Amino acid sequence: MVVQALAFYLFAAVTVACGVMVITARNPVHAVLFLILAFFNAAGLFVLQGAEFLAMILVIVYVGAVAVLFLFVVMMLDVNFAELRAGFAKYLPIGAVISLILLVELVLLGAGWAFNSETAVIASSPTPPAADVHNTEALGMLLYTKYVYLFQGAGMILLVAMVGAIVLTHRVRAGVKRQRIGDQVARSSKDEVKVVKVQTGSGI
Amino acid sequence: MVNPETWFEGVWWSDYVLPTGTIVFFILCIVLPLLISVAYLTLAERKVIGWMQLRKGPNVVGPFGLLQPFADGAKLFLKETIIPAGSSRFLFIFAPMLTFILSLVAWAVIPFDAGWVLADINVGILYLFAISSLGVYGIIIAGWASNSKYAFLGALRSAAQMVSYEVSMGFVIVSVLLIVGSLNLSDIVEKQKTVWFFIPMFPMFVIFFISALAETNRAPFDLPEAEAELVSGYNVEYSAMTFALFFLGEYANMILMSGMTAVLFLGGWLPPVDIAPFNLIPGVIWFALKIAFVLFCFLWVRATFPRYRYDQLMRLGWKVFLPFTLFWVVATAGVLVAFDWLPK
Repeated sequence: MVVQALAFYLFAAVTVACGVMVITARNPVHAVLFLILAFFNAAGLFVLQGAEFLAMILVIVYVGAVAVLFLFVVMMLDVNFAELRAGFAKYLPIGAVISLILLVELVLLGAGWAFNSETAVIASSPTPPAADVHNTEALGMLLYTKYVYLFQGAGMILLVAMVGAIVLTHRVRAGVKRQRIGDQVARSSKDEVKVVKVQTGSGI
Repeated sequence: MVNPETWFEGVWWSDYVLPTGTIVFFILCIVLPLLISVAYLTLAERKVIGWMQLRKGPNVVGPFGLLQPFADGAKLFLKETIIPAGSSRFLFIFAPMLTFILSLVAWAVIPFDAGWVLADINVGILYLFAISSLGVYGIIIAGWASNSKYAFLGALRSAAQMVSYEVSMGFVIVSVLLIVGSLNLSDIVEKQKTVWFFIPMFPMFVIFFISALAETNRAPFDLPEAEAELVSGYNVEYSAMTFALFFLGEYANMILMSGMTAVLFLGGWLPPVDIAPFNLIPGVIWFALKIAFVLFCFLWVRATFPRYRYDQLMRLGWKVFLPFTLFWVVATAGVLVAFDWLPK
């Protein structure tokens, strides 16, 4: 138990420290790398909670794919950060308002849970022992039965977002030479090569 | 207070020291043979490609060139580590370490034989997938930290390539999981007692192998280090041991991917047929043989095929593999439901 507590404080401290570093790091690439470290430590916290499926998915999806693309974009950007910092005071009020709203929402959520009369009922409902049900299975059971419409709806929204992004950025340009694999494979020497017997000295 | 005389019998010994000691011992049992395999894989690669091209390969250092890997290692160890002036120092050193560490930690969940596994976790295959998807960071950080155009171009190519092929690899893994009904690697191997998965899932096996080539940046997908246009890409600024760590990491990753192929499709430690002469041989030998076979295919491919052009690589990943694997996942699920073969 001592080891678990130590691991928790280690992961939690590193996560928070990384969160601070993300917004204070001067170099945007360093900021993204700190974000990745924060994701990684959050995955560690999930493992400590026994939610190993969520931990692995966090690493695969966020660290392995989203953050790679993010890093990719940030490395390619050529932004002047002195210029960005100049607008700091201008955008401070709106940033403060947004963060205040988020804080209030989080507090409301927590209070709503704590003071809800049904909370005790839900908390006392029987749960199968962790050894019997793997959390991958438990999540699947819940997502694909009780919440199947919400789950499918979320999937559709993401699909629409993806199609929208492609439609918005795709331009049809004239005069682009493209490789058509089908045409290349369909060619044969019979149609394309002409063997000509040439009389010496006469030319074709 | 801890009494020094009873310290060894105390709770510290049984709860902390002993488990840590056993784990460290098991880690050494995995890592040492792995590093020796990596050393000899580099020799095997040069020998195999040499024979395929009617050359002899390394044959001077030691009998049949058997000491060549150690000579190479000693050379790299004795060279000077050069850190470019404009580089990001910490990240420049950190990138090769990350590549090497990631190529080793993945071995924690690989089952070498029935029960021979360091960490028998429920989400073993997801762990492997997660670790292999982290591999891209070593390369992308190296490319960026070097502060060099060639290194950076190599890193960007590699990032796009690895992310693209992970998608189809993920679907291949999902279709295997549908049959097995468990994410545990030992369960996946046990399920192949009737038939190894490469027979019913042959197209997936081929796609997984090709994606593994792309994921490890091996020929014909070695665009991140295309020496013709990028003068060896992301590792161009690296020297001595920093370079050696990249090299070791790449080869350890090759062995890991071969191990994954063996576990997912070639029946892991299981003998080909469960009768007398075959099932007397220990499972770990079968597992090693299967890994060696897949590794031979890696080398064979390198000696045979020319490098892909970058747009062809992307086309193959996104327009061929992704739709096909997606279709195969749906088809597998359909067959399993239709014949009521779903794992309980």
